Amino acid sequence: MALHNPNKTEIQRPVGNIFIFSSLIIAVLLNGLPWEGVALMLRPDFVAMFLLYWCMHKPMRIGIGMAWAVGILADVADASLFGQHALTYTLLAFGGVVLHRRLQMFDLRQQTTQVFGLFALTYTVYALMHWLIDGDVVWGYFLGCISSTLLWIPLSLLLQGLRQLRMGRDSR
Amino acid sequence: MLDNTHSFRFFQRGPSPVVRLVFFVTLSLLLMFMDARYRYLESARSAVSVIVAPIQSLATLPARIWNDVGDYVAMQSTLKNSNHDLQTQHVVDAGQLARLQALELENKQLRDLVALPIRESYTTTLAEIIYSERDLFKRKVVINKGADASVQPGQIVMDDIGIVGQVTRVFPWLSEVTLITEKDHVVPVQVLRNGLRTIVFGAGDTSQLALRYMPISSDIQEGDVLVTSGIDGTYPAGISVAKVTKIERDPAYPFARITCLPLGGVDRHKHLLILSAQPKLPEMPAPEISVEDAKNAKAKRKK
Repeated sequence: MALHNPNKTEIQRPVGNIFIFSSLIIAVLLNGLPWEGVALMLRPDFVAMFLLYWCMHKPMRIGIGMAWAVGILADVADASLFGQHALTYTLLAFGGVVLHRRLQMFDLRQQTTQVFGLFALTYTVYALMHWLIDGDVVWGYFLGCISSTLLWIPLSLLLQGLRQLRMGRDSR
Repeated sequence: MLDNTHSFRFFQRGPSPVVRLVFFVTLSLLLMFMDARYRYLESARSAVSVIVAPIQSLATLPARIWNDVGDYVAMQSTLKNSNHDLQTQHVVDAGQLARLQALELENKQLRDLVALPIRESYTTTLAEIIYSERDLFKRKVVINKGADASVQPGQIVMDDIGIVGQVTRVFPWLSEVTLITEKDHVVPVQVLRNGLRTIVFGAGDTSQLALRYMPISSDIQEGDVLVTSGIDGTYPAGISVAKVTKIERDPAYPFARITCLPLGGVDRHKHLLILSAQPKLPEMPAPEISVEDAKNAKAKRKK
């Protein structure tokens, strides 16, 4: 690696691994803020949003295995069943990785509708697992799916902006 | 040999997404099955919690700082009022405590007379709630005492008024408390007024409790206070649990529909008491015939 021209690697890999991992940790942190009551119901699943973003834009680096590992962390943080979040994030990452070319063709507004389908799938699987094991469904839970979708455009713009910032700083 | 027919790849990408999907989905399902059925994974969970705990405490930091600042700059009038209230409460409590001590002594003497074992007392540990439920499906809180403070699963958690919940999971520095309002969480109780024994269930979707399987004719009124009965040995006897708020007696159903509200601040307070050293009851004698045997016997008789 040392023999390569460092500038070339910068152009090829404008997003550092540290940036990706810290964004995922921030997502876990945002999910962990003390949400309560209606706010909890409306809380978007930040981890799912960040994972999907990276699966879409960097499918070579953040893929299904990573999503599963983050899901395990989320399971412990939420005290849900071991593997419940892991399963839903795995499905989400699969959707993101398989569809990443198609999703990148669209602009952000068109992406939103596509992303809604993926979020709806993950939320449904989570609720289904809960229903199978505990036998009840909290319908308010699905509101989070809508808020996650609505926040997709701001999140994409924010992360895009941060990446531009980093690229600008690195090229100097 | 088959590899030659594949298109040329620049990068080694490892297994295809479908293979990975199947692998990780199977792994997740397996883990969930093991966790739901056998509870084998508690040690793995506490190992991962060591990674997650710093992130969680970081997430609650702003709220904690806000609270601390609020505490620091509390108005003097507020402090004065609360001090006054506490003083009054203290005087009232001291009077009641003196009475309680006298009663305890009397109770001991009476129990000595009829040769009943004395009710064991219990000690309490103070703990603080650090996270409330993070999941809409659950009524749980996380408190700041864990295995390091020798908290054990199954211990009862109460506040100054009544039962709040039960420790269900213990991590190295934290433990998870399931509130009594969790769906299908049961507490054996007694009506304080007439000693009627029953069981109170958590409703799950609201902060309410329900008394199920109470016949329509049962002697229960709105405003009745339910205290723990001490039957089963998990909950110590005589701690208040809930107050009956609504009774619907519909003759179309065999049971009355009774809703109660918890007396303890299940959704309110920040500080909780963990009860420890709950005495072990002697083992329950095994029933003569188990249900399975009875069924088999019935089936045989039919033949």
